[in-house]
This record gives sequence, structure tokens and C-alpha cells, in this order.
Amino acid sequence: MIETKGLRKSFRSRAGRETKTVEAVRGVDLSVAAGEIFGFLGPNGAGKTTTLRMLATLITPDGGDATIAGVDLRRQPGEVRRRIGYVAQGGSTWDDSTAREELVLQGRLYGMSKSSAQRRAAEALQAFQLAEYADRPCKTYSGGQRRRVDIALGIIHAPKVVFLDEPTTGLDPQSRAHMWEEIRRLRADGMTVFITTHYLDEADALCDRVAIIDNGEIVAENTPDALKHEIAGDVVTIGLNGSTPVAAQLLDGAEYVRKLETPEQGGLRLYVDNGAVAIPAILRVLDGEGIAPQSIELHRPSLDDVFLTKTGRSLRES
Amino acid sequence: MKIARDTWLIFQRQMLLVLRNPVWLIVGIVQPLFYLVLFAPLLKSALHTTSNADAYRIFVPGLLVLLAMFGPLFTGFALIAELRAGVIERSRVTPVSRLALLLGRSLRDVVSLLVQAILLTVVALAFGLSVNLGDVLLAYLLLALIALMLSAVSYATALKLKSEDALAPLLNTVVQPVMLTAGILLPLAAAPGWLKRIADFNPFSWAVDGVRALFNGHSGASSVWQAALIVGALAVLAVIWGARSFARGLR
Repeated sequence: MIETKGLRKSFRSRAGRETKTVEAVRGVDLSVAAGEIFGFLGPNGAGKTTTLRMLATLITPDGGDATIAGVDLRRQPGEVRRRIGYVAQGGSTWDDSTAREELVLQGRLYGMSKSSAQRRAAEALQAFQLAEYADRPCKTYSGGQRRRVDIALGIIHAPKVVFLDEPTTGLDPQSRAHMWEEIRRLRADGMTVFITTHYLDEADALCDRVAIIDNGEIVAENTPDALKHEIAGDVVTIGLNGSTPVAAQLLDGAEYVRKLETPEQGGLRLYVDNGAVAIPAILRVLDGEGIAPQSIELHRPSLDDVFLTKTGRSLRES
Repeated sequence: MKIARDTWLIFQRQMLLVLRNPVWLIVGIVQPLFYLVLFAPLLKSALHTTSNADAYRIFVPGLLVLLAMFGPLFTGFALIAELRAGVIERSRVTPVSRLALLLGRSLRDVVSLLVQAILLTVVALAFGLSVNLGDVLLAYLLLALIALMLSAVSYATALKLKSEDALAPLLNTVVQPVMLTAGILLPLAAAPGWLKRIADFNPFSWAVDGVRALFNGHSGASSVWQAALIVGALAVLAVIWGARSFARGLR
């Protein structure tokens, strides 16, 4: 449904008198299948929004090609617009107009007649549980309600693909869970959903497939499970009090340790094949040198571990 | 056809928003009314005219051009608010005509201006202005062109700067000398030669001359068609510039 090849974009930014070129996106290849929720995961400034805005025809790529819903992005941006919906991060409604007015106008901008735009608006208000507030000005809505209006506006014309830029940022946990349900419903309605997020749990729970972007480049792309599987086995984190370098030296060569990392927040992070086997062995080694760990934790790898192995830093730090 | 339909849709929404929150429309008319009520009575002696009506035929056209300049020129601020609300981005991912995004808004500015201009004229009539209806309608046409031009310029500039903090000083710096060398408050007839030379390069000085000629019943005067030509050509250029600004990105 979405194919991109070598998509690039750089910006000139001015700091004082110096102008410098920032390469926001440096050659993105993506392949998104029809009917999936595809997550675009990365820290702020990684190039997520820039990529999304290129795909939504809002900015012109410097290089590369993209095909969306069978249409060439560069040759026929107008046709792409008819087939996609785009929901920006920062909202999209006037304060003084009502949700119903906004939805009807949006339908009409997509070329619907007045009566069919009104019908579609009424359906969308029902589907997004907005009917109760439909005729109040948007400025009176809560954050979650206003976000639902934004999404309803983005899909009023039943697009094949919908792009959602950080749809749950700034929402409280309940509205967030609600939003996930809405997004799954879009998929159930046959839409291909492309979302950006910097929440790992969101990518993990919601997305069928995930691409991790860092510094303008895709560093990994797969299903969340497969990505976690790639780094294999279990992750053991050990909290240590001051003796980290010694412990790292002792454990680095051990045959059950695949990879050893010393995260910035202290302690050790070990990637092992089997935690149940490795933990007693680790404790024996440390005990032999008189090192008593403050804590020892075993967990299945998360997307954060994937991010860490792919980029060398934790998503939470960046 | 699509452009006309899209323009109408955008215009309707913009009018709706103005009517729900008409504070700027009111602020825009209050200042010229102050001039009309508190300043114009001094003019008969200052301009050495024989009657108040004559003085108003000189002064009211200037005020109307002032109205047509200030309201539309500052309309870009509303656009920056719309940019911030994400409304512009939302429009630009739809297949709506980019020219319509501009024209729908500019048309709202033209209509707002005409409402203010009619109000000002009616008040001036009550104060003793007398003028031919046909000439006034032609003058309104000139004012509408000025409003169209300046609102397009304002939108294009706002889309470029994207910040009130940058737009406000720029507009204020530009608008003061343009207004002063246009002979808006007093005719430039008594001005020194160098000031007249500068005014020759100011399109609004031509516009004021045209509107004054119309208010004096000289609809055939060359200053009328000259004003229409200059303001009309600039309006076309400004609309092209504005529409291109709305279309930035993939066409």
C-alpha cells in the first residue's frame, strides 16, 4: 500500500549568521502492506514527522520515490491526496466552529455533495462517540475529544491509507486506551494505518509491524515480536554499587553472555540465551569476587532493548 | 468551476467565524469613525473649503482607502492563528484548490471591508457629505481591489514568516511611510516637490486620487482609470503570489 525508496529531505536552518544543512531524512525505504497498522518508532527529531509530511504531500522530497495506494507521489500528488487521510500532531480545528460543521466542510473539500457530506459527518460523529457534543464549539472539548474529531476529519472520505502523527501524545491513559481502540477499528474497516510514535508500549501493543528510525535512517523493520526475537534470549540487568567495571570485566568473556552493555544510568545489562541458566552462574562469579549485586532482574527483551541494540542508546534517554 | 465551489466553501466558513467573533470587524471601523467625528470638523477651515461637504469629499475618500489598507493588511495575523491550530495543514492534504484557500479568505476580507466602508459612508452622509451613488459604487470597486491585493500580500507574508512577532514589526514599518506618502489624511497638492515625487511611486497615492475624483463626481477623470489599472495589476500579482504560498509543497 505504501512503498518508498530512498526518500530524502534536508532543511537549511539558520543559527545566527551561520546556515547549516540538517539532513532530516536520509534515504528511507519502507514497505507497508494493505490493512496493517504500521508503526514508525523513533525519538523526537529522528525524522518521523518529516517522512510522514512527505508521504502526505505536504513537503516535497529532495530525492527518492514513493508509491501510495498505487499512485506515484511525485507525479500525481493530487491523486494521492484523494486516497489518503492525514492527522497532524497539533490538532486541526478552529476554536469557534463545531465538530459537525468541521466534518461537513472537510467532506465537501473532498468533493462530496452537501447531503452526502452531512450523512458522512453524522456517521463519523456516531462512530467516534462525538454525537453528544457535535454542535458545541471545538474549544469546549477535552483533549481526547478534540483528538477524536481530528481523526474523524482525517477519515471522512474513507481513505485507503491514513497517516496519524503521534495520535496519543499528551492524552491521559484512559483516552489513550480509547484511541488505540479507535485505531484498531480503522484497520477493521479496511484502512491501512501508518502511525508515528515515541512510545514503545504503543508500538508493541498496537502495531502489526514497526520500523525504527533514528537520525533520519531506518535501523530496523519487522513485527514487534520478530524484532525482539532478533536480539534473542533474555535480558538480565544487574544493579551494582560502584564495582561495575570489575563486574563487567569478569562477565564479559563468559560463554553464556552474548552481549554486555553498561547503560548510562549504571549497572550492567547482559543479553543471555537463557536467563534461568545464566543468573546462578552470574551470581557465582560475582560472589567469588566478593561483589554483592543490589538488584538483579530478568526480563524478556522489549522494543526498548531493540532500540538500544540498534542505536546504542535507550529511547527513554533520547 | 471547482475553484469557484472551493472558494465559496472556504468563504462561507471564514464568514461564519467572523460573525461568531466579530470583534476585529468592530475594532477596524472604530478608528476611522473617530477620525470622521473628532477630526473631520476641523477640515473646513484647514483646507479652506467653502463647505463641510467639500471638505468631506476630500477627507472621506482618504479614510476609506485607509480602511481598505489597514484591515486587509493585518489579516495575516488570523492566518498565523490558523496555521497554529493546524487548519491550514488540514486543508492542504485535501484536494481543495490552493487558489481557493487564498480567494475564500480574501473574499471574506473584501466583504468585511465593504461593510465597514458602507457604514463609514452612511455616517459621513449624516455629517453632510453628498455624493453620487454610481460614483460611490465605482469607488467601492477600487477599494475592493485594494483590499484583495493587501489581504493576499498579508497572507503570503504570514505564510512566509509564520510568527506574529515577525509580522507585526514588518507591517508597521512598511505601512507608516506608505500611508503618509499616499496623501490619505490631507491631499498632497500642498506638498513640497520631493514628497510628490515619492508619492508618484506609491500606488496608494494613485488610488486615493482615483477615489477622490469619484467622490467629486469626476468618474471620467484619468486618475480613475489609472488607479484601477495600477491597483488591479497589483492585485493580480498579489493573488498569484498568495496562491503560490498556499501551494508550497507538492502542487
